Amino acid sequence: MIELTGVHKSFGSIEVLRGVDLSAKAGTVTVILGPSGSGKSTLLRCINHLEKVDRGTVRVDGELIGYRQNGNRLHELSERQILKQRARIGFVFQNFNLFPHLTALQNVAEAQISALRRTTSQAYEKAHELLELVDLWDRAGAYPRQLSGGQQQRVAIARALALDPKLILFDEPTSALDPELVGEVLDVLRDLAARGTTMIVVTHEIGFAREAADTVVFMDDGRIVERGRPDQVLDNPQHERTRAFLSKVLV
Amino acid sequence: MLLPSVIGMSVLTPPRQRTAAGDELVVVPARHPWRWAATALVLVLLAQFTHGLVTNPGWDWETFFGYFLEKTVVESLLLTLELTFAGAVLGFLGGIPLAAMRLSSNPVLSVVSWAYIWVFRSVPLLVQLLFWANLGYLYETLQVGIPFGPGFSFPTVNLISSFGAAVLGLALHEAAYAGEIIRAGLLSVDSGQHEAAAALGIPKWRQFYRIVLPQAMRAILPNAANLLVNLLKSTSIVYILAIGELFYQVQVIYGRNGRVVPLLMVATVWYVILTALLSVLQYYTERHFARGAVRNLPPTPFQKLKAAIKR
Repeated sequence: MIELTGVHKSFGSIEVLRGVDLSAKAGTVTVILGPSGSGKSTLLRCINHLEKVDRGTVRVDGELIGYRQNGNRLHELSERQILKQRARIGFVFQNFNLFPHLTALQNVAEAQISALRRTTSQAYEKAHELLELVDLWDRAGAYPRQLSGGQQQRVAIARALALDPKLILFDEPTSALDPELVGEVLDVLRDLAARGTTMIVVTHEIGFAREAADTVVFMDDGRIVERGRPDQVLDNPQHERTRAFLSKVLV
Repeated sequence: MLLPSVIGMSVLTPPRQRTAAGDELVVVPARHPWRWAATALVLVLLAQFTHGLVTNPGWDWETFFGYFLEKTVVESLLLTLELTFAGAVLGFLGGIPLAAMRLSSNPVLSVVSWAYIWVFRSVPLLVQLLFWANLGYLYETLQVGIPFGPGFSFPTVNLISSFGAAVLGLALHEAAYAGEIIRAGLLSVDSGQHEAAAALGIPKWRQFYRIVLPQAMRAILPNAANLLVNLLKSTSIVYILAIGELFYQVQVIYGRNGRVVPLLMVATVWYVILTALLSVLQYYTERHFARGAVRNLPPTPFQKLKAAIKR
């Protein structure tokens, strides 16, 4: 389903990703843990080509992301083709990034209309269904600033789901939330995981990783240090750096 | 932790407190005697000025009212509006590509836009207008065709009338400022918005006019309104090209009858009225684009008035 091989990425002289290999099967939940600055978010952003990979390849459903292969050459795709690929990969941001001038309903409907060319009535019907799924059916007409952080993030998740994505990437979806609002967003994530949505989640919520993840990946310094089932990685880490990180997080 | 809670208390404590003995403490608002003195002074000055307006024969209100709605004045007013409209529309149409070029990652486009804005902000409008009016001396013919190849040519003098020169000068001048205003507006939109739109696969053009532009408008509008009001008044400069706009026309009239002050007042009052109309337009346009930016829109002055009457 998802296949990353030898992904490298530098910003200027700083090498953020130093050869990452990662694969995940359809319907599985992968949680990426790691200290800040370890390259987790960059890795996520490389998967939907928000960041261009310097070296290595990203494939989703066998399809090369951002490039077209011709013999041993990779031709960069046009903006339009990349946008088409992105429409099938959901992305949920740490800061929600809802469109503040559109209502919750319009936020969820917008890309359905413009990226998938659904009719307005189809899009709004789907948007209503999804707002019901994230338990916000009664706030469809509200603007993002009239919603709490947790509600905004649930709208953002509905917005990502609206395009029927093959997989959804979550970039620290609860990090910008007040502690008492984290639960409502994690509930939605658990619900999605239970429905067999393919997800890659960057988070610091160890509890979520333990109960919802199929695979936990620990990253440090631009590399994957350790990976395995949650109980293996979280309860019996093999690597020194994983142990050091977990001991700080699990106080 | 201590400081916020102390500040919070001073704000949130109700005005009445009880002492240990149970007596009620009464809050006495501070007195501001100087405020009263300043108010009185300003009112006296205002009264004096109003008195002067009414009693000083120099204002010559009879002449003022005689010419305020006079046919040639109204016609010249329409010309002023035409110049403003043409200058604003062409100016902002020119400003959009200038802003886009300036923000482009293509260094040639960016530098060309920068240079255009530099030049047209540097040259005084008056000087520029005279340049355009005299373009015929500089380039006798204009040619349309393949660069450095064959083409059709026109005599420049026929092509640019004095009205054309005025519109051209105003529009090119406006475009430089409009370009900067639009650029500032586009920059004010959070980069997360671009990212979210890109991550959702929304097509590039739709990203611009559906997601970015409506948010940029919040920052663009107040400055654009300023520019528009400025343009309205700047049209008075084109009198130098002998175009019969409002200011030119009142000059013609007072040149004939010698009543300078009342006729300048005719022009002044019209400029004030037009600016007031633009301000109303600005208020409602800004309100339109404020959707979602504030939690709840405050009522308009009109709605406040209606509510006050109902009560």
